[in-house]
Amino acid sequence: MSYVLANEVRPIFPGVLGLMPVKKIVDALNQALREEMDRDERVVLLGEDIGVFEGSYRVTEGLHAQFGEERVRDTPISEIAIIGAALGAALTGLRPVAEIQFNDFLACGMDQLCNQAAKIRFMLGGQVTVPMVVRAPYGATGRAAQHSQSLEAWFVHTPGLKVVMPSTPYDAKGLLKTAIRDDNPVLFLEHKLLYGATSPGGKAQTAVQELGEVFTPAPDEEYLLPFGAADVKRPGSDVTVVATGMMLHKSIKAARELAGADGIECEVIDPRTLVPLDRETIIDSVKKTGRLVVVSEDVMSCGVTAEISALVAEHALFYLDAPIRRVAVPDTPIPFAPVMEQAVIPQIGDIIEAVKSVVYR
Amino acid sequence: MERETALLLYRRMVQIRKFEEKLYQLFLTRPMPGSMHQYNGQEAVAVGVCAHLNRDDFITSTHRGHGHCIAKGASIRALMAEMFAKTTGCCRAMGGSMHIADYSVGMLGAMGIVGSGMPVAVGAAWSSQYRRSGQVVACFFGDGAANEGAFHEALNLAGVWKLPVVFVCENNVYGFSTHYRRVTPVENIADRAASYGMPGVVVDGMDLRAVFDEAATAVDRARKGEGATLIECKTYRYMGHSRFEKAAYRSSEELDEWRKRDPLVLFRDFLLGSELVDAGELEGIDADVDREIEDAVDYAENSPDPKPHDYRQYIFKVNDEFPTHHQKES
Repeated sequence: MSYVLANEVRPIFPGVLGLMPVKKIVDALNQALREEMDRDERVVLLGEDIGVFEGSYRVTEGLHAQFGEERVRDTPISEIAIIGAALGAALTGLRPVAEIQFNDFLACGMDQLCNQAAKIRFMLGGQVTVPMVVRAPYGATGRAAQHSQSLEAWFVHTPGLKVVMPSTPYDAKGLLKTAIRDDNPVLFLEHKLLYGATSPGGKAQTAVQELGEVFTPAPDEEYLLPFGAADVKRPGSDVTVVATGMMLHKSIKAARELAGADGIECEVIDPRTLVPLDRETIIDSVKKTGRLVVVSEDVMSCGVTAEISALVAEHALFYLDAPIRRVAVPDTPIPFAPVMEQAVIPQIGDIIEAVKSVVYR
Repeated sequence: MERETALLLYRRMVQIRKFEEKLYQLFLTRPMPGSMHQYNGQEAVAVGVCAHLNRDDFITSTHRGHGHCIAKGASIRALMAEMFAKTTGCCRAMGGSMHIADYSVGMLGAMGIVGSGMPVAVGAAWSSQYRRSGQVVACFFGDGAANEGAFHEALNLAGVWKLPVVFVCENNVYGFSTHYRRVTPVENIADRAASYGMPGVVVDGMDLRAVFDEAATAVDRARKGEGATLIECKTYRYMGHSRFEKAAYRSSEELDEWRKRDPLVLFRDFLLGSELVDAGELEGIDADVDREIEDAVDYAENSPDPKPHDYRQYIFKVNDEFPTHHQKES
């Protein structure tokens, strides 16, 4: 499967204030950081290779030059210290944004994130607030088992963390700005293939196939998007499809094919934030369509697809006309060889098959 | 050390000692929630270090945190109420002994996981450096924490960023049941400071004056922007690791040896010998603290219990200024 960057995205906010909207998530995130740093000097960045090198995925490009060493700090390769330092800074008046180079490396700093940051306000009976963001790329890009995971479920399973997974430049910018202004620890997960920039190694061609209008650009202006508000990326009446990140775009593509070839109209919902989760939008959609397919790049067992399926089973079982179908990675680490990697990552064909299986005609 | 300072520090040590003794008695004689880790024996460390900290300086504490709270100036009533799991507790009955802390006096929390407070202390020091606030952070941890990865990462970052933090290792000889020499290949944990480009000093942790003097140097250094220091205080915990743990892994002779150098006795003897104070004044403080502890117990007993669902308000901070929390209870 070859992906090409969707350069032909039509700006939906042409010429706002004479500034062009940005069409890549990497630029949208960069703009969000820049705007928030401009407006609030408490916002500081830390992470591996984010300063002089400007980020392994280029999200912090130009920020070290603009804001200086004090506000954009290169750290040692030291995830415990990065997340812990962000927490300590958040407790004492700053609003740090930490970058973890791959979400897999969050495992190294798991105690600081899940035992400390997520719980400290709780354990202290509300004496403190924890306005920190941890950003991390996720998703499979041919880098084998330790650089390819989608680990959102770990953090959804940790009360006290908010979990954000944008799928478009527009959402990425508005949600990152909201994350920075939130008084709680936010884990902000960014799909590598959606950045729109290539990594310095050039291996991970980050591009998306025929994203079209759902890959909404980010206007070069101030806006915030609320957490806990799902976005219906494509309305439909026959099947509800819930997906995040890269899987959202594969689901959109699948929905187009199904509409064209089979006359099946999928309603594709992007929760955008898994914590808080907009349950109403999902449940209401299922009550309308009577069918649910959940698509995710994390693994099957106790994963996001399991959670959303359970949610619908609990709240809309008698509206279902077919069993719920899940499309996710089987319970395996991500293999290296492209042919094996793509065999475990959900494909458009898998989504089409799942949708067809729940639509009886 | 000036007379007023000496009397305050004596009072702090007595407060910690009597707070712990009262708790031990309470746990023996009535149902108390949870467990606890006691600080008796180590009083000179927290008190000697916090003596140099302002109210707005920060500390991070550990699972053995009662002494740090008192030394930093937290309310004894609020601490006792927290031990009773009452809503008037410093953590609103959300932390208990393990996470006992008072943010209003600069405590960033008591982390129940060994070593976990260390990177947090470093972050607070980074914040202080960035804000040019002049605040210093004292990071308390034990000999066990010195073998955690968090120790290495925290000291490394503090060293390379020259942060205003004082790492205070309370080497109380045992990590739970295990003698530190069995699991630590160097005699002094302070020797590790060399790896992080900071001074490392060993101090007699039973001697308040010794801790006080070393902490003065380290805090001053941090406040001047000259970076971090690692102070290892050789001390001893009198009680078992936790509530009724019997500490059978050590001999009563060993305990007796350490008790001969009890920090309160040492300091009392010094004060009386120095003629800074007379015995009557110290007895007055002792009696005063007795009343304070009894008052705190009364206060805790008469405070309201939390309601079963009170915890919900502490999971997330709700921010009304902009929309972030759309979620409804299902």
